[in-house]
Amino acid sequence: MDLNAFLILAAVLFCIGIYGVLARRNGVLVLMSVELMLNAVNINLIAFSAYVQDVSGQVFALFVITIAAAEVGVGLAIVMLIYRNLRSPDLDKIDQLKG
Amino acid sequence: MNPTIDYHALAPEIVLTVTVAVCLLVDLVARRSELVPRLASLGVLGAIVPVITLSVDGANRTMFGGTYEVDNYALVFKGLFLIVAYLTILVSFHYIGEGDYYRGEFYVLLLTSVLGMTVMASARDLVTIFVALETITIPTFALAAWRKHDTKSNEAGLKYFLIGVISTAVMLYGMSVVYGVSGANKLVGIREYLVDTNEPALFAVGVFLTLVGFAFKVSAVPFHFWAPDTYEGAPTPVTAFLSVASKAGGFVALITIVNIAFFPSKGSWQPVIFVLAAASMTLGNLAALRQTNIVRMLAYSSVAQGGFMLVPLAVAADVSSNSAWEGVVVYLLIYAGMNLGAFAAVIAVARRTGSAEISSYAGLGRTDPALAVMMTIFLFSLAGIPFLAGWFAKLVMFRAAFDSGTTGAVILGVVAAINAVIAFFYYAGVGRQMWFREPDPAVERTAVPTPLTLNAAMLIVTVGVLALGVYPQAIARLGELAFTPG
Repeated sequence: MDLNAFLILAAVLFCIGIYGVLARRNGVLVLMSVELMLNAVNINLIAFSAYVQDVSGQVFALFVITIAAAEVGVGLAIVMLIYRNLRSPDLDKIDQLKG
Repeated sequence: MNPTIDYHALAPEIVLTVTVAVCLLVDLVARRSELVPRLASLGVLGAIVPVITLSVDGANRTMFGGTYEVDNYALVFKGLFLIVAYLTILVSFHYIGEGDYYRGEFYVLLLTSVLGMTVMASARDLVTIFVALETITIPTFALAAWRKHDTKSNEAGLKYFLIGVISTAVMLYGMSVVYGVSGANKLVGIREYLVDTNEPALFAVGVFLTLVGFAFKVSAVPFHFWAPDTYEGAPTPVTAFLSVASKAGGFVALITIVNIAFFPSKGSWQPVIFVLAAASMTLGNLAALRQTNIVRMLAYSSVAQGGFMLVPLAVAADVSSNSAWEGVVVYLLIYAGMNLGAFAAVIAVARRTGSAEISSYAGLGRTDPALAVMMTIFLFSLAGIPFLAGWFAKLVMFRAAFDSGTTGAVILGVVAAINAVIAFFYYAGVGRQMWFREPDPAVERTAVPTPLTLNAAMLIVTVGVLALGVYPQAIARLGELAFTPG
């Protein structure tokens, strides 16, 4: 099995996710970028799991998927809350706390 | 194959889970919202009982193939988390009851987070640590944004959430690399791999990313920028909880994973912790010096205190005995108490003046001497003035740094000493406002009495801080116990 191909794919996905988190202004798109990062982790975990012949990596990936869903649920609720108060999903407008 | 379950060992978690479920149901059925915080505090006290019986029993209980362990180390932290949770409920009772808040759900989320902490204390593999860490943080995202109509609170929640998920993703990426290289999920397995093999450079990358993830969670410089904003915008009891309990949760994860898993690979983790410690102390203190808002000041001070806590961790590999590890634990226990007390006092003052500006503390010594005395005790304890508990915490930290004797450790110790002096200035600055300034007539004061629960919380912490300052052997013994195999 070519482990490197999977690892490179995961690393590229992870970097795209980081870029999205840093560069995107829309709250929903930031959440999607976070999903990319977490799925890069899943690819890593499953590739390693197959490589070292150990099932716990796949179990780990299942937990990551479940918890990512819960996390994004709370995140969407917070973005919704801000949209209701500010009428905009633009994260640049949220800048009251500084110092 | 059925796993054997030791119900006694799991009793604290079971009691908490049942309490969460009951609180949710009661909130749904009963109209009287006061019932939920009462039930929640009873549940927390109920969960302390099995912690005590387990520690009297003293045997190590290992479950689920070694991924979950109830030993002295776990019990010390479980006890700490439950006591902090109880004090947080006391502090929140009137604050949440009087504001425009959802009351029942607040305690449900709070206890869920505490449940994650008790699990964290026992977690001994990467999956359990990850799940526990997320159980701690996900409810606190919602708690930080609890004031739904206040855009500041929304901002606090959003910033905390974004930092939380990004740090989780980075940490997970690191963990996946650690798992892949070592082929082990259990911390003991990772350690065995490190002892047997010469680890590749990739492993250091995994360790680095894992530590960066934790650094976000414990708000260590340069990953601290979210903390002051989140602390200022969130409701103050939530801030107290975040700066004490959830920070302690991150620290426990860090201590467990470094002590058990990464320890033999000294080169991969020690420099990272060293830089984090030095940067957190220095930048946290310098930023705290120029704050005018007390919550922001305490936020930066908690960043700096986190740096002090990392000092014994950074030198632990060079100290032959357990004293450095004990130092971290002792510092963490004492910090939790005194910081919680300071935030309780901030809440009490804000009830009078409606302000968190340091200038509104002027003349507090005259208008409310008892409150001012307690606030002074908490702040001076944080500064490390002798014969308050914080002094002993600083002492064990310095002892660890200078015991190890390596050049790096001595440099770190000197940096810590300079910082302890800087920190004194801003803590004492608040004291000066309280005792040597006339009350500002422009600040409106309402003569609302401090509620009993808030007073009780402050009194408990005051007694603790004074007692441990005079008799620090008690807490030192707890630190020793934590690293004594049962």
